[in-house]
Amino acid sequence: MSIPQLLVHNPEDNVGVVVVEDLKAGTDMLCVITKTNTAFHLTVNDDVPIGHKVALRDLKSGETAIKYGEDIGKMVADARKGSHVHTQNLKTKRW
Amino acid sequence: MNEMSISGWRRENNRVGVRNHVLILPLDDLSNAACEAVANNIKGTMAIPHAYGRLQFGEDLEVHFRTLIGTGSNPNVAAVIVIGIEPSWTSRVVDGIRKTGKPVEGFWIEQHGDINTIASASRKAKEFVQWASELKREPVPVSDLWISTKCGESDTTTGLASCPAVGNMYDKLIPKGIYGVFGETSEITGGEHLARKRAISPEIEEKWFKMWKAYQEDVIEAHKTDDLSDSQPTKGNILGGLTTIEEKALGNLEKIGHNSKFLDALQPAEAPARGPGLYYMDTSSAAAECVTLMAAAGYVIHTFPTGQGNVIGNPIVPVIKITGNPRTVRTMPEHIDVDVSGVLRREMTIDQAGDALIDNIGRTANGRLTAAEALGHREFSMTKLYRSA
Repeated sequence: MSIPQLLVHNPEDNVGVVVVEDLKAGTDMLCVITKTNTAFHLTVNDDVPIGHKVALRDLKSGETAIKYGEDIGKMVADARKGSHVHTQNLKTKRW
Repeated sequence: MNEMSISGWRRENNRVGVRNHVLILPLDDLSNAACEAVANNIKGTMAIPHAYGRLQFGEDLEVHFRTLIGTGSNPNVAAVIVIGIEPSWTSRVVDGIRKTGKPVEGFWIEQHGDINTIASASRKAKEFVQWASELKREPVPVSDLWISTKCGESDTTTGLASCPAVGNMYDKLIPKGIYGVFGETSEITGGEHLARKRAISPEIEEKWFKMWKAYQEDVIEAHKTDDLSDSQPTKGNILGGLTTIEEKALGNLEKIGHNSKFLDALQPAEAPARGPGLYYMDTSSAAAECVTLMAAAGYVIHTFPTGQGNVIGNPIVPVIKITGNPRTVRTMPEHIDVDVSGVLRREMTIDQAGDALIDNIGRTANGRLTAAEALGHREFSMTKLYRSA
């Protein structure tokens, strides 16, 4: 398998993690779900740094972000499929 | 995984150490200068200065004593000189360490002054270090290793690669009879529903949950100014792509693997007492404080997954750094002991990453200096529960 640009922990996740440096907007990313070892493609909309998250589908404000198959917080702004998900649009439900 | 062949120093109490330090241990902040002078006089000894030890009381004082006595009692330590300002508390630490059977002697500064204290302590330290230098390593079974874990400067790669590598190591070595421990009470938040399920019994689950809830109520709710978003996740975590405490907690919990239940929920620096297996310890998530407490509980090797590149070490316990972040491998390679960035490229499986870590643990136990040891990282940070009197 070629080197993926995005890894997803769990098939239920709606965000994935960029695992390469210098990823540019418009890149057609090879994405792998690690739990099932299945691959898919997704075009990234933004320049996203290594380690940062990308929405796997359109996420609306108020929706729950899922990673590891678990709740990691709520969207506080919309994110389009392929867009950067971070502190500007995702917040903890705890504090 | 190949059978590990390891060697260590079997101490008077039958515990095995993988280092052979002679410590010059201050009871309190006032005694740091004398301890550093002794360590400067006598080569091969090490002073571990710290900030506290005066006018503490209650549980905070108990944690202080447990940490000092536990540090001196750790099997990576051959012998200890304790120096305090006065005889009473100094003797309490000496008596606590003496229970292990190792050589220990206390000195106090009041009515002697620094110079006489340093002279007397230096003579004894010289005797101890020459004695310790003749102690021999012997082959020991892997089950004699006590291996702790805590991650730092985490990012999303820690949850993908370095924390699962530690979890894989525990899944392989805990069945062989080692002791493990994880902690970081604040960083369980968001994953508490998963962590509590890993308790060995409903009784321990209840004990653990009370510990976690007390942290939420007594620390977070009592002291927060807005929310914890500015410190958990940390600025480094956020730079690395972690957004929320829930996300951080889920990655953190990858460190304990899939198969082990934790046998007890320990107080800070409390030694495990329910036999081999995994334990939880109530600790801060600050790296030096947490590793200091785990070392004081008797753990002899620490496995430390990092994403963005935490550089922490410990004076008495080798701290093994594992990273899955290829940028960290490229920008600060001198700090990394085990590179598992191949996991992100799908060139290395978690099983292989776990084996690479186990191989490094074996070599470190046998005497290979970790990156942190070679670079001189000796962070020793006492946990303080509240203000002194």
